[in-house]
Amino acid sequence: METLQKSSTGKTKKKMRITGSEAVILSLLEEGVDTIFGYPGGAIMPIYDSLYHYQDKINHLLVRHEQGAAHAAQGYARVTGRVGVCFATSGPGATNLMTGIADAQIDSTPIVCITGQVPAHLLGSDAFQESDVLGISMPVTKWNFQITSPEEIPDAIARAFYIAKTGRPGPVLLDITKNAQFGELDFEYKPCEKIRSYHPYPEINIRDIEDAAKVINSAKKPYILVGHGVLISGAEKKVLELSEKANIPVASTLLGLSSFPPDHPNYVGYLGMHGNYGPNVLTNECDVLIAIGMRFDDRVTGDVNQYAVKAKVIHIEIDPSEIDKIIKTEVAINADAKQALELLIPKVNKANHKEWIEEFRKLDKIEYDKVIKHDLYPTGEKLKMGEVVRMISEISKGEAILVTDVGQHQMIASRYYKFRRPNHIVTSGGLGTMGFALPASMGAQIGQKEEKVIAIAGDGGFQMTIQELGTISQYNIPVKIVVLNNNFLGMVRQWQQLFFEKRYSFTEMTNPDFVKIVDGYGIACNRVSKREDLQHALQTMYDHDGPYFLEVKVEMEENVFPMVPSGDSVSNIRLE
Amino acid sequence: MTDIYQDSTDPQVERQFTLSILTEDKPGLLNTVTIVFTRRKLNIEMINVSASEVAGVSRYTIVLTTTKDQVEKVIKQIRKHVDVLGAFVYEEDEIHYQEIALYKVPTEIFIGGVEVEQIIRANNARILVIEKDYIVIEKTGHKHETTALFDTLQKYGVLEFVRSGRVSISKSKRKTEHFLEELEKSTTHSLSNNNGIN
Repeated sequence: METLQKSSTGKTKKKMRITGSEAVILSLLEEGVDTIFGYPGGAIMPIYDSLYHYQDKINHLLVRHEQGAAHAAQGYARVTGRVGVCFATSGPGATNLMTGIADAQIDSTPIVCITGQVPAHLLGSDAFQESDVLGISMPVTKWNFQITSPEEIPDAIARAFYIAKTGRPGPVLLDITKNAQFGELDFEYKPCEKIRSYHPYPEINIRDIEDAAKVINSAKKPYILVGHGVLISGAEKKVLELSEKANIPVASTLLGLSSFPPDHPNYVGYLGMHGNYGPNVLTNECDVLIAIGMRFDDRVTGDVNQYAVKAKVIHIEIDPSEIDKIIKTEVAINADAKQALELLIPKVNKANHKEWIEEFRKLDKIEYDKVIKHDLYPTGEKLKMGEVVRMISEISKGEAILVTDVGQHQMIASRYYKFRRPNHIVTSGGLGTMGFALPASMGAQIGQKEEKVIAIAGDGGFQMTIQELGTISQYNIPVKIVVLNNNFLGMVRQWQQLFFEKRYSFTEMTNPDFVKIVDGYGIACNRVSKREDLQHALQTMYDHDGPYFLEVKVEMEENVFPMVPSGDSVSNIRLE
Repeated sequence: MTDIYQDSTDPQVERQFTLSILTEDKPGLLNTVTIVFTRRKLNIEMINVSASEVAGVSRYTIVLTTTKDQVEKVIKQIRKHVDVLGAFVYEEDEIHYQEIALYKVPTEIFIGGVEVEQIIRANNARILVIEKDYIVIEKTGHKHETTALFDTLQKYGVLEFVRSGRVSISKSKRKTEHFLEELEKSTTHSLSNNNGIN
């Protein structure tokens, strides 16, 4: 044992004879892994047995469901920029991971999932807890691989980490048969630096940069859209520089939030179905659209035939398959956002677009009077989600990591929380996975121990992964959990009200006593339903040392506006 | 970016494309390539997978009918896969291609006349094997040619008819080995685009 631990520091490069399962752990240590979220089972027991000897080096958290492990790994990855790691056993363990893997794929999140598998000689025999994990995960992973002999382990893990974190990040799954875990190999670890068929960082074509600069310099109404790619590449300062130099308004997608200072005079707000009024409507007024690290999701574009109708589109995007996929570009810069902006900014002229930015401000005023004022400072009897988020934003000074679930509260949170620090939003955007918030918040908190992490969920999504309260309690993970309870699947109910003539088909929920449940897990908790108690309740939660749960009873039939009806033009965004 | 589709054909109109894909020779890759089509409900008309002239590299030839817009998106999705070395789209006039067809016919149709023999000669087909009960005829050609022979032989009775997928060779002067060498050196994806290969 002693010799093995010495070598795990990565200094001794001598070959040694060890089991495959030990090789898994040592390889993870070589990759700098210090945290694993997982759940043991028959086919991954040898790996767990090896892990037992390395508990001083790797912090393994036993989740309560494998979906929670995948989301926790995502939360960890999103706030640290490092690769999140999760373990699960074969069959149901692996299939339970799939929702998290699919979520990580569509939201470009680097995670490595290691699943146990039945012994190689039983593959394809319908053995106990055997499922075709490679086949199932193929469409939702950036790369997957089955390891059937111990010798393959170091190289496969090295590749897994390299692929997960480089270029456009994504999930990788390694399926390791039990015989490969038990078998022995001469262990030697070499990090992966190159795969001949994989070229994650495109070489920038300087002509594209020049073309883009020309288009921007001739623009009268240029408009920057920032997405997740800005955060992934660390291009926040470059975006700010471009925006300030050429005086260009900036709007953000859901996953791009926190990449631009919310109070900056050039920041015009949040894009998409429930985004701000001006940023949506004026998409059809701009003459040059500069899309940076975003992929024109249909929740952003609405009807693509009525999107950016007057604009020449410049698309800065690292993934070539995203270029011209949804919106045809005038100039495509296939590149990492930061690198592209570094080259572009010197070629862009200083400009003044004060009047153009003023157009956004005029629409902001309309939105404020019709929507925001009533959301943030309601006068009705019942609490509204908007005022809760406003207070959370104020109490945390916009500096907490905000993790959301999916639905109305998510849209309200992304609209009204003022993200002042990059990578401080963790949300399920592309896949829209209910149940995301609770486990993702655990991962985020483990990844950033010094930060305050606040999870906001609805009563529906909270119950989809409610069992992770067990994990939070066992490891005393100090996340603050806010459930905005309206006893409805609110977003679906809103659509039923607006588009299905109020036929509330299976959206009303009879909920348990959440406080009792949370109390049962030994987590501090409270419930609030009156406005006069809200501020104090939130402050108590925020200041609490350790995990805390707050249920906020909110108005049952509140709608989120503005709203671009599904498939409609962004110009037809409704304010009521 | 230069576009290989410099013709003026409508990008929304469906027509036939040939995809040529080079991948690492690894198990499971056929599945990763084909699910790109499955997910978009595109029907693969012909598929051929074989070892290429470079050891450890497989070549896929896939024929499908779709729009230019769609095939461009599909080829990018295929290129995106980690183990795909390169993927190219060809219009019909950018490739030389061939298919092979085998026809199993009863031996007795050759007895008592030269009619079938003449058909074989006229179609540039040949006899592959002669057994007591049946004869196998082989013909290479494009689909309409192999189909024409099938139609002709039908009236004599065809016991079995099988046609291969298309194999194709592009008209470009690129050598696969050079392509791979450049890929090894390159830090970019641009080589696996169609541009710059001619």
